[in-house]
Amino acid sequence: MPPIIEATGLTKHYGDVHALAGLDLVAESGRVTALLGPNGAGKTTFISAVATLLKPDSGTLHVAGVDALRDPKAVRRTIGLAGQYASVEEAMTGLENVEMVARLFGLDKATAKRRSAEVLELLDLTDAGDRLVRTYSGGMRRRLDLGASLVGRPQLLLLDEPTTGLDPRSRMELWEAIRNLVADGTDVLLTTQYLEEADQLARDVVIIDHGKVIASGTPDELKGKAGRDVIEVRPRSGSDLAGISEVLAGVAAEPPRTDDDTQRVSASVDGGADQLATVVRLLDERGLVVDDIGLRRPTLDEVFLALTGQPLDPSPTDPDASADAA
Amino acid sequence: MTTTTSLDPAATLATERAAAGPTPTTTVQGAGFVTAALATSRRSILQFFRTPQVLMMGSIQGALFLFMFRYVFGGAIQASLPSGLSYVDFLVPGFLVTVILWSGMSAAAGVAEDGASGVYDRLRSLPIPRSAVTVGRSIADFTLMAWGMLITGVVGLLVGFRSHGSIGRVLLGIVVMLAFGYCFTWVFILIGLVAENAQAAQGMTMLVIPFSFISSANVPVTTMPGWMQSFASNQPVSVAVNAVRSLMQGGPNKVGLEHSTTYWIVATAIWGLVIMAFFGTLSVRRFSKMR
Repeated sequence: MPPIIEATGLTKHYGDVHALAGLDLVAESGRVTALLGPNGAGKTTFISAVATLLKPDSGTLHVAGVDALRDPKAVRRTIGLAGQYASVEEAMTGLENVEMVARLFGLDKATAKRRSAEVLELLDLTDAGDRLVRTYSGGMRRRLDLGASLVGRPQLLLLDEPTTGLDPRSRMELWEAIRNLVADGTDVLLTTQYLEEADQLARDVVIIDHGKVIASGTPDELKGKAGRDVIEVRPRSGSDLAGISEVLAGVAAEPPRTDDDTQRVSASVDGGADQLATVVRLLDERGLVVDDIGLRRPTLDEVFLALTGQPLDPSPTDPDASADAA
Repeated sequence: MTTTTSLDPAATLATERAAAGPTPTTTVQGAGFVTAALATSRRSILQFFRTPQVLMMGSIQGALFLFMFRYVFGGAIQASLPSGLSYVDFLVPGFLVTVILWSGMSAAAGVAEDGASGVYDRLRSLPIPRSAVTVGRSIADFTLMAWGMLITGVVGLLVGFRSHGSIGRVLLGIVVMLAFGYCFTWVFILIGLVAENAQAAQGMTMLVIPFSFISSANVPVTTMPGWMQSFASNQPVSVAVNAVRSLMQGGPNKVGLEHSTTYWIVATAIWGLVIMAFFGTLSVRRFSKMR
């Protein structure tokens, strides 16, 4: 089967900003591909190009075998888009929203009605189907938006940050819905800032930064690329965090990182198991009591850090970061 | 399969897909122009009629202004009207036409909001003619404008407005007003598409306020300074007001106009078509273009 998306050398600039700077990407059919990167990496620009909302300045782009730059209309028959904001109409019921999109996909009235009811069932919204969307929670709106994008049974579903702004429970529910779709055979390209999301949903992860792909592979392969395992320690007393950081610094390949929120210190190490034994001994000698200590594979977060030298996590407490986002 | 000689990539693709097993997807054709325009206009119309605050405010606002003009300014303006014409009979046809501007202001904000909230991205990604979305919007805005005129007309009758033209002429006046109004919706659609958000759109629509006040809608233009009169008598809103007023009140000399009713209707038609051709083309282009 040909790849569902094939992009080579895509560029797009707005003034001096290069949103896409020679992006090459192949997404295979029959799986979920996650596009991972920080704000401004070019994720939305790329998904907009695939959705035929914008025209790249140069490069080639094929979607389901169709040249998206030459025949965008044909591409629109194969895709479903759920953008960054739930674009459902508040003054219509859930069913009316999905039915409208179904009609726009070209289904006749009866089929649109039946298909919309099926979609609501799939997304667990049947009971709320006759209520105005105004009364829906954020998570329900997102699910409804997802439903609207797939009611035409597109071959490729494009999801731009599908769970941004959702509470953990709603996020899990949406993940579940996406997994069900994939099981039905729909190809999915999703963008996310959350590594966990990519890890949970995607078979292939493409990490992009500054409009370029900087790494791609399965989550495991990418973790392998970071090369090092991580020792993570949670002390019994928060006052020991500094002491533990010092101990880890003695064995770690890079300066240890302290997370004050979760009261953990973590450090990348070469030769995992041996180093863990050393750390345990050193902590014991210093009389530092720990609640939890372990060796684990790196998270995608750490992979991103290793690849770009910058953390991915957009810290919500950082005023600069939130100003950028706004 | 192995002897296939087809050079058509699409055919090869189809064969490969068939070989790979049944695909869950069926190729959709996408809605035609009419279905797409009606479906999207229905959305905007429901948005208006199912949002009580908007519905109430839109209706009350018009009624309030009509009430104030009628009773606050009416006495003062009466003196400069042709004898035999009461201010309320002069005012209401003008007020009906300016509903086009007032309801257009919220229409522009609505368009900008749909652009900012991702609704238009979804619609642009669908297999429908993109121009159908803008035409759908114009149908919706036209409907809301007609609703505004209906409310204004009823309030007008309540505060004493009476028509002195024949039924046929009054109906023609309503048709002229609606048709001109439809052409004008495109001005606000373009403003909404150009503005980045609802507030900016609302700000930009302030530019139409001079067309409402420097016009024959509320006062006879003969009371204005000479340099202003030439603009005030010939700008699109005024010619439409003059056509409608003349039709509803029994001829140009009854309402103090120099030219014939036909003159004003033709002028209105020309302005309307020029406005629609210009703003309509730009709106459709702007909406359909891949950024």
